[in-house]
Formats: sequence, C-alpha cells, structure tokens
Amino acid sequence: MTGLTMRAGSFLCAALLAFMAAAFAADAGFAIHMTIVCLAALIACWATISRADYTAIARGILHMPDAGRYDDDVIRWGVIATVFWGMAGFLAGLFIALQLAFPVLNLGLEYTSFGRLRPLHTSAVIFAFGGNALIATSFYVVQRTCRVRLAFPGLAKFVFWGYQLFIVLAATGYLLGITEAKEYAEPEWYVDLWLTIVWVAYLAVFAGTIVRRSEPHIYVANWFYLSFILTIAMLHIVNNLSMPVSLLGSKSYSAFAGVQDALTQWWYGHNAVGFFLTAGFLAMMYYFVPKQAERPVYSYRLSIIHFWSLIFMYIWAGPHHLHYTALPDWAQTLGMVFSVMLWMPSWGGMINGLMTLNGAWDKVRTDPIIRMMVMALAFYGMSTFEGPMLSIKSVNSLSHYTDWTIGHVHSGALGWNGMITFAAIYYLVPRLWGRSRLYSLRMVNWHFWLATVGIVFYAAAMWVAGIMQGLMWREYGADGYLVYAFSDSVAAMHPMYLLRAFGGGLYLSGAVIMTVNVWRTIRGDLRTEAPMSDAAFDPARDRPVLAQSLATPAE
Amino acid sequence: MADKKRIDAPTGTQTVGHEWDGIEELDTPMPRWWLLTFYATIIFSIGYVVVYPALPGLTGATKGTVGWSSRGELDKTMQAEAARKAPILSAIAATPIEQLPAKPQLMQAAVQGGAAAFKTHCVQCHGSGAAGSPGYPNLNDDDWLWGGDLKAIEYTITHGARNPEVATTRTSLMPAFGRDGILTKGQIEDVVSHIRTISGEEKPSASARRGATLFEANCAVCHGPAGKGMREFGAPNLTDGIWLFGGDRETLARTVADSRKGVMPAWDHVLSPVTIKMLAAYVHSLGGGEATLAPNPAEREPGAVE
Repeated sequence: MTGLTMRAGSFLCAALLAFMAAAFAADAGFAIHMTIVCLAALIACWATISRADYTAIARGILHMPDAGRYDDDVIRWGVIATVFWGMAGFLAGLFIALQLAFPVLNLGLEYTSFGRLRPLHTSAVIFAFGGNALIATSFYVVQRTCRVRLAFPGLAKFVFWGYQLFIVLAATGYLLGITEAKEYAEPEWYVDLWLTIVWVAYLAVFAGTIVRRSEPHIYVANWFYLSFILTIAMLHIVNNLSMPVSLLGSKSYSAFAGVQDALTQWWYGHNAVGFFLTAGFLAMMYYFVPKQAERPVYSYRLSIIHFWSLIFMYIWAGPHHLHYTALPDWAQTLGMVFSVMLWMPSWGGMINGLMTLNGAWDKVRTDPIIRMMVMALAFYGMSTFEGPMLSIKSVNSLSHYTDWTIGHVHSGALGWNGMITFAAIYYLVPRLWGRSRLYSLRMVNWHFWLATVGIVFYAAAMWVAGIMQGLMWREYGADGYLVYAFSDSVAAMHPMYLLRAFGGGLYLSGAVIMTVNVWRTIRGDLRTEAPMSDAAFDPARDRPVLAQSLATPAE
Repeated sequence: MADKKRIDAPTGTQTVGHEWDGIEELDTPMPRWWLLTFYATIIFSIGYVVVYPALPGLTGATKGTVGWSSRGELDKTMQAEAARKAPILSAIAATPIEQLPAKPQLMQAAVQGGAAAFKTHCVQCHGSGAAGSPGYPNLNDDDWLWGGDLKAIEYTITHGARNPEVATTRTSLMPAFGRDGILTKGQIEDVVSHIRTISGEEKPSASARRGATLFEANCAVCHGPAGKGMREFGAPNLTDGIWLFGGDRETLARTVADSRKGVMPAWDHVLSPVTIKMLAAYVHSLGGGEATLAPNPAEREPGAVE
C-alpha cells in the first residue's frame, strides 16, 4: 500500500511541478509543453490509483506476476505503438512529399510549413516507429535469448510510457517551432534531459536482464542491442550539451559553435544511422530471420568480426557529411576512409542474414514474411554499398546537397528498417496475443509487393532527381558560365517529386494493409484463405527457465 | 546450454554448439571474398591517408604526399577559369558599352556572361525568364521606365532605383493622391477611368472625361499630357497596356491613391563593372533593347527604336 501511495504521490507532485512550470513559463511553447507533462503525470496518477487491486492489498497478498511466462505486456504495447507511429510518420512523409510537388499544401500556416513538418516526419519514423520497434523487440529478444523475465518490469513500463511522452513532446515541439535546429536531434534541452532519464532506465532493464540470464553465452542480437543502447546514450548526451536561456523557457544554446558544432552534429547524425538504424535493426534481424527461417545463423565467426569492425568503424565516419565544407581536409579524409572501410563490416550482416536461408531458400517462394526479410536484407546491402560510395569525395561532389541523399536514406529506411520491422511485427503479433496465426498471410504478401514497388518508385525517382540536380548545378557552357539557375533545377524536379510521392503513397497503402491485418489478428479473427507457409510456434517452449530457488521474489 | 555441436544436414557444416531459444549458429568460416575485400578497403585507406591530408598532430595535420588541399584545388580551378576568361573580360571592360554592338564577338560574350550573372543575381525579382512579376518590370518588352539603351540600362543596374543610400540612384516619387488628400475617392475613380480609356481598355465615358481634366492637372506633369510617360522621372507610359502593378480598376485605384515606389539595389556594391556591363548587354538583348543615340545609328535594327 505504501508503494502505491508513494507512486501516486510522486506522480501528483510531478503534475504540480509541471503545472507551476507552465504557469511561470518564459514562453508559450514551454507553457504548452509543461501542460502536456502535467496532463501525462495526472493520467499516470489516475492509472496508478484506479488500476490497483485493493482487495489483494487489503488481504496482504503480494501481486506476483506469473514467473513461468515472459514479461510481454510492455512488448504488446510497443507493437501497437510501432504500428501507430509508423502510420503517423508515413502519412507525414507523404504529405511533405506532396508539399514539395505542390507548395500550396504548406497552407500558409507556420505550423504546417515544410520546415516544421519535415522533422515531424523524420522523428516519427526514426524515433517513434523505429524506436518503439527497437524497444519492443529488444525486450522480446532479450527475454527469449536469455531465458529470463525482464530484470525490472516496473522500470520497463516506465521506459515505454516515458518514451511515448518524449515522442509527444518532440512532435508538438516541432509544430510549435521549438527546435535546437540539429538534424535528428531537434528537441530542446528539457526534452533531451527527459530522454536521457528514459534511456538510462532502458539500459538498466536491458543490461539487468542480460546479467540475470539463464544462458551461458550472450546471443549476438543482444550484442547489437547493447551497442545500440550504449552508443545512443553517449551520442545523445554529447550532441545535446547546451545551456538553457531560462530554466522555465524552451530555448537553449549549444555548447559547440561553428565547424565544431557541425562536426559534433554529424558525428551524432551519422551514428544515429549507424547505431540506431543499423546496429539496432541488425539485432532484430539476428533474432527474427533465423526464427522465421528455422535455420541456424550462417556464421558465428562472421558475426563476431563484422560486429566489432562495424561498431569500431562507424563512429569515425561522420565527417563524410561535411565534405567540401569548412571542416579541415584531414577530418574529411578520415571520414571518407572509415566509410570506405565500413563497406564489408556492413555487408557482414547482410551475408549472415541472407545465408542463414541456406537450406531454406524455398521459403522465399512460400513464406511472405521470409520474403520481406530477404527484401530488407537486399536493401540493407544496397544502401550500405551506396553509403561508402557516396562518401568518396569525387562522388560526393556530385551527390552532396542533392536528392540523391534523400533517395539513399529512403532505400535504407523504407527498404531495410521498414521491411525488417514489418517482418518482426508479423512474427510477433500472433505469438504475443496467443493466436494460431496471423489474420491473413496473403495480406502480408500484398503489403510486401506494395512496399517493394513503392520503394522502387521512390528510390529511382530520387536517384534520377539527385543526379540531375548535381549535373545541372555544375554544368558549365563553353563560354565558362553556369548553364542553369538554381530555380531551373527546382522546376526540373517536379515530375520526380510526383513519382516520389506516388511511391510513398504505395508504401503507405501497404502499411494500411498491415494495420488492418494486425488489428484483426489482435481481435482473434482468421481470414479464410488459401494457406501460405509460416514458421512453427510452440507456446509451451516459449517460457523462461525458472531459477532453481525462488526464495527471493522480486518486488 | 552445454555444448551440443552437431552437423547441420542441409549445409553439412558443424554448429558452434550454442543454442538460444532454438537458434543455433554454424561454424562457417568467413567468406574469402568478403575478407579479401575488407583487407583491400583497408589497404586503399592506408594509401589514401598517405597521399592526402589525414593525420592530425599538435600543430596541424599531415599534408599528404601530393600536397592536395580542397582550398588549393578551388583556387587552382578558379584561377584557371579566370585566366581563360581574362582576355575577353578585359576586352569588354576596355570597350565603352555603347560601342559593344559594333563588335559582335564581344557583344555575344557579354550577353552570355550577363545571362549567367542574371541567373544568380536578378532572377529573384525579375524571374528566371526576365518576365518580371507585379512590381518588378518585365525586361523582355520595349517598355522602359528609365530608358532602354545600353547606357541607360547599365546606369540603372549600377546605381539602382530609389536607393536611399546611393545619391546617384534613379529616383522619383509619385504623390499618394488618395492618402495625402489631393484627390477624393470619386476623383481617383475618374482618373482610373481616363487611364483605362487612353490605354484602350475601356470605352470613353463621362467618368473618363472628368478624369481627363484631373489627369491634366495632377498627372500630366510627369506622365505627359498624352500619358506616354517620361523617363527622366521613371514615369511609366500609361497608354501601352503594359502594367507594372496591374491594370485592373482596383489595382490602378490603389496605385493612384497610395503611390508606388519600387526599389532596386545598386549593384556596383556587389558586382564588378564588367559584370554590370555584361548584365546590361544581356538585358538589352532580351528583345526590347533600344539603340544608343550614337554617331552611327544605322548599325542598329530599326525596329528597336520606339
């Protein structure tokens, strides 16, 4: 009972503090944000009080979770959040793609201008969709591969809800114009501090679970998850070092200035790609691909070498975002060579994933989830080849500042991160909700094709657009003068922007099919359809190894 | 789990012996091509680091064996380009602008150089096709506010228009007939009727006749008794159906009531005299250029003279 009172009380205190901060805020944005925090704390307080089992407390019964099952509540929430934020992020992406083709869609409002919606899109897909997928799958995978329940279940719930609060604060902040103006690190100082707390809690849950594992070895997926969690913590803290103007205001100034600021930002930005979108999603791949293919991982040795070389190389590659800028030449050189050396370490993951299908290649024909995984790995391989290539200075002099970069990012994001996440969701949903299979595997197949064709349209349009831009910008006539004005290249982009939006529309429609499929599966519906093959699932084996002595119950 | 090494049937490879939630790992060696390519990228990188600036020290970074630097490369490219263009540019600089048409080769080079400069500095207001937009004159037609021969255009670009910081700027100020209480609302409507009549957009009317009297008293001093404009005041020709801000009744009434004063920068603060000369040549070449009142006007095509 005291625990309950303490928790409810501290939520109430937080609500009060946030209310006061809103009342005395230095600017309107901060006031709105503190109001959101206040509401979140009140909801948490209400949930704590109303959902407590008072009869049990009165009889002095400690509410013990079923130790014979994995802690899956927070994972179920995470899967739903992944689907929800994915839809939001894809929709925002399609809208801003249309804004580029039809500027009238900016609607003449500051809140709906491209400059504010673009970070909303990037953060929604990377941090909300990708982040929730990573948190949910990491909690799923770490329990299964360590054969124990989560180390701190209460803290895991805090991680989930705290992370959602971070997303809401970040997203509303972008619309309100609250930004540090650092790409992929736009949220202001107080949101950064909050994320730091959430992230440290995440690390504690994940590392704590590994420490308590019932398996002698740590599975490779968990190496990748751990490197992702640790490195993101480091990147986030360093890049966001800043001094608030007022403790009750939303504005802060970075600790870095000039080219140092740019380098810190791209050290962060590139490793957000490297450790969030590569290492984290490779962790997903290392669990879900062998599970779905029901095959052993191709090469243990390759996984060790490519893991260590990947995380060692990636952290140095950031300067390639600043080729031909005020960044000193030596730093540009190092950024480029580390990117080139990164090629094979990146491909190690692709080889290990694809070759895991050795002996099960026929499943590409029959199992739509495997098909998605194969496509994800193919796009992973393509974009991790394209990345080192674009980092070469002579290629970069053509590609830099063009939409080729956007095409590159999206072949990785839509193809690799999106597809592997969809596959993981399709794997997880029937297992988490105890259904015999998905509502429809045929719909997975539809999703696969819509997404694949969508990516092809998107990436092809952006390749053409980017190379065209690069060539137009550098085209000199025989008289030694530039042939095109910048605005000529903007006008030339229009058809490519339309094709890109079309591709994005296809990708979004695939995601809509997924949402229906997930929702119907959760409801317990089964579509009557010609069967397709799927990996077997034995709920009886999906249990933690119970500790020999249960003498010291947690909580 | 205890070591449970076994031979995996489909691949014939031994497993490592670990197992997590049913996942095993094969003990396949790293693919040779993968390893060799990895080594190749490392060797390439070492070579690149030796050749190019790469390793930072306390007082600076290694310079690399070929002495390359990005600034050096830029300087070299720019100097080579400058050297290539130097003869033609100095020839253009040495030729007074009104004599350019007599030297077709120079004139052509000037037009091309001007086109490039126009794309960078002028399209923001005058549009990429130089067709202008409300408030920014169309440069393709033969309707000139301050004069359309090469010298006049060069002067306008150099000194700008209504530029408060430049004493030599093109300047004039139309009174705000409505705001300053010179004309009543009704009178302004009459003046608008008159203007739209002389520009052929309306049929003569009683209002236009009343406007004609008002025009003579208030407007003719700058726009001329026939409304054909006067370039020394930058006063537009009101009879040609070409409108800077718009020729509908509402816009014209606003122009008369509140006045307009378009501003253009004085480009001699930004651009070199030869660039301005080339810009003038380009704008002149767009279609509406007028012949300079030069000793031998026979060289200019007759159609360009108004």
